[in-house]
Amino acid sequence: MSKTETDKGQEQEDLGAAGSQLSTAPREEPLSAVPAMGVIGWLRWFWRQLTSMRIALLLLLMLSLAAIPGSLIPQSGADINKVAGFQQAHKTLAPIYDKLGLFHVYSSVWFSAIYILLFISLIGCIVPRAWQFVGQLRGRPPGAPKRLTRLPAYTTWRTTAEPEEVREAALKLLRRRRFRAHAEGDAVAAEKGYLRELGNLIFHVALIVLLVSFAWGQMYKSDGTKLMVEGDGFSNALPMYDDMKSGSLFRSDDLVPFSFDLKKFTGTYESSGPNRGTPRTFQATIDYSVGAYGKRKKTTIKVNEPLHIGDSKVYLVSHGYAPVVTVRDGKGRIVYRDAVPLLPLDGNVTSNGVVKVMDGYKNPQGKSEQLGFQAFFVPTFDPKAGTMMSQFPALLNPLLAVNAYHGDLGVDAGIPQSVYQLDKSHMKAFKDGKGQLLKKLLKPGDSMALPNGAGSITFEKDVKQWAGFEIVQEPGSVWALTGALAAIFGLAASLFIQRRRVWVRAVRGADGVTVVEMAGLGRSESAKLPEELGDIAGILYDQAPGAPDPDDPATPDPHVVPAEGAEK
Amino acid sequence: MTLAAATELATATNEHLASMSNTLIYSAMTVYTLAFLAYIAEWIFGSRSKVARTANALTAESRQQAGPAVTVKKAGGTAVLERPKVVVRAAAGARDVPDGPGAHGGDVQGDMYGRIAVSLTVLAFLVQLAGVVARAASVQRAPWGNMYEFSITFTTVAVGLYLVLLALKKNVRWLGLFLTTTVLLLLGLAVTVLYTASDQLVPALHSYWLYIHVSTAIFCGAVFYVGAVATILYLFKDSYENKLEAGIKPGSFATSVLERLPASASLDKFAYRVNAAVFPLWTFTIIAGAIWAGDAWGRYWNWDPKETWSFITWVAYACYLHARATAGWKGRKAAYLAMIAFACWLFNFYGVNIFVTGKHSYAGV
Repeated sequence: MSKTETDKGQEQEDLGAAGSQLSTAPREEPLSAVPAMGVIGWLRWFWRQLTSMRIALLLLLMLSLAAIPGSLIPQSGADINKVAGFQQAHKTLAPIYDKLGLFHVYSSVWFSAIYILLFISLIGCIVPRAWQFVGQLRGRPPGAPKRLTRLPAYTTWRTTAEPEEVREAALKLLRRRRFRAHAEGDAVAAEKGYLRELGNLIFHVALIVLLVSFAWGQMYKSDGTKLMVEGDGFSNALPMYDDMKSGSLFRSDDLVPFSFDLKKFTGTYESSGPNRGTPRTFQATIDYSVGAYGKRKKTTIKVNEPLHIGDSKVYLVSHGYAPVVTVRDGKGRIVYRDAVPLLPLDGNVTSNGVVKVMDGYKNPQGKSEQLGFQAFFVPTFDPKAGTMMSQFPALLNPLLAVNAYHGDLGVDAGIPQSVYQLDKSHMKAFKDGKGQLLKKLLKPGDSMALPNGAGSITFEKDVKQWAGFEIVQEPGSVWALTGALAAIFGLAASLFIQRRRVWVRAVRGADGVTVVEMAGLGRSESAKLPEELGDIAGILYDQAPGAPDPDDPATPDPHVVPAEGAEK
Repeated sequence: MTLAAATELATATNEHLASMSNTLIYSAMTVYTLAFLAYIAEWIFGSRSKVARTANALTAESRQQAGPAVTVKKAGGTAVLERPKVVVRAAAGARDVPDGPGAHGGDVQGDMYGRIAVSLTVLAFLVQLAGVVARAASVQRAPWGNMYEFSITFTTVAVGLYLVLLALKKNVRWLGLFLTTTVLLLLGLAVTVLYTASDQLVPALHSYWLYIHVSTAIFCGAVFYVGAVATILYLFKDSYENKLEAGIKPGSFATSVLERLPASASLDKFAYRVNAAVFPLWTFTIIAGAIWAGDAWGRYWNWDPKETWSFITWVAYACYLHARATAGWKGRKAAYLAMIAFACWLFNFYGVNIFVTGKHSYAGV
């Protein structure tokens, strides 16, 4: 079977037309085609390059590379303290990192530049593709190439049926198998699997939706924390927060109006076995109402189950104990009584903190003074353990250790101060009879008297718990989720659906017997393609049964090459 | 019975189950070692046969004599003989090389050892599966709370996947040796370095998302892993075929081993199918993680190291899938991308847990 060069060229052309528009994937053009024109020429060249697959691929690679430093260098968005620690430890490196934006990689200029370019490239790619796809849907599958034998899957037989009958049967059969089919000339052309292209477009559009909603959420987000002792109330307004971070376009009236009271915090822990003390459940029981005059409703917030109110979500993020403490002056007058939230130091909730009596206290000399107490608290004290550290996170045997200071707390200076630390620069410690620092271990109900009739501090029998809440508002997350789910479905469709074409040609041969030829072409070399062609051919064969070979009925079909034909 | 006594008893059973699980994992490792030796035997006996299909198809003199590159596929249905046969032709420009016969190389004894190896793999898989189940029962939750548990589950799933592909009559027996080798290495690492006593989960992990997110992550990892093995073999086989085509005679060991593997095109296609099939599931894993993060940490995306690296892995695999559809990137370049992508996955699992601290740190070393 020798062919001339022109024959081959013709064949390529035939196949080219049949294989055209099997996908809307962009065609690759050589990169070297640099124009020698003016600004517009350059812009066009730039646009062509940006929307080419090669550049999109490079941008994707760059994006994954650019994401790496953010996972290795501490990020200010995740943990500001770690960043400060890093800056302390690396005096020369830190300023360079800071200049490069390596402490906030994911909002840095260069990271943004990569993904914005990527998404422009994406849009520049999908808009023409969508347009082309619409054109393909409105058009018809291309007609049969001249030589069907050149296609990846091919079969043929001779039949007693008329060519028209065969074509009609093929058309009906292919349409029944949900091919888009039409008869053109002596052949039927059919195509199936358009959902692949649609899925591909949906996937890429969904990515854009995802990115836009993510960016939207970043700009309008707010993220604040609030520590509440059982019985405290909170209403969602800026001044109520302990700490608040927000996006650049966030305004305080964007906050969803609601309020809630913490009624009770419950923590349960494994009580025995090797995992004694491991937390089992944390939950906060709250009363909340939406809007200014909403009805109060009772609910619980757990670690994995935040409370959703509009765009706001309320998370339970931390917990601890707040022993109730009473401070009296020398005359027995109560100058302070409150639950003091203490910060946990370990898994068994050994906690510390301070009690600050800012006003109302007069010392035995009748002078106004401030008092400060350092408090160390363990929910479960075990004298046998030989340590002050708590032995269990629940309140089994609470003990409060205090020591006391008097003087100036320094809170009136206007400098912000931690409520959990005591600035002792203007404070004097109370001493016991031996001149040692005055300190005492208090059981619930116990008191410690301050020397020389300076008053007393009492650890009341009531130990409250506190819960830390994080209130997050991030609009657009529903859209992000929708985009993400659409992306999965689009992706699955574009990867699992095969787009393929089938042609059936039926013509009267030279001896007057009808010759049927069938061929299939797919975008990828799928094993399913010949299988499907075989199935269709089988069914069609039943409707157009084979005719005996005129020359020699015993010889096998000349088109069938024995298996392993490649091996000589 | 008092409550304390009941808990004590429950604890005792748990510890019993945990030690049983350890015994089962060690037993599985023993059987894997035997399977490994049987695979080795298969390869050694297979080397006696002198198959040279690839060489025949690619060396200059035989290429001239070779007929048109066509093979015949049987049409479906029972009346095969009466129905027209479909002729399949390789795409223009593609190298048409027949697949190798497999590790046994057509040698009868080799084939026997191969079958023994597969049987032993099945046995090891069942023992290991029992070990994983016992571990789950001892901790009364899904057995993927820390790296040790993740490792033993991950290798079980990878071997299970291999066995399923075998059961589906896919041509994957050549994977056996490479798979058992790495499974043994991973399990060795798991029982020595990564071992953690059975433990309960912190409240942050009490969520049904644990089952969805982590199980899909493990499954995706196992599939990516099989894809990566096929990609490495593709790279070897491809350069072997390139050498033959260029008229260079490769070394005798390379010839012996690579002649028995499937054709580079088949390996490439297998790797692509495996990776492409699981890519949407990997996308889902990340999204499920984001939904869980939204419930547990307050934000659905935190750029936590684990999240970042799943994203990097995702982008790398996306690159690979795009590259494979792009002229000029097909073949070796795309395969390198697939290897990079798998390296990202590996780093995400081992590297991030060991070197980086983040919100996933409770996954434990």
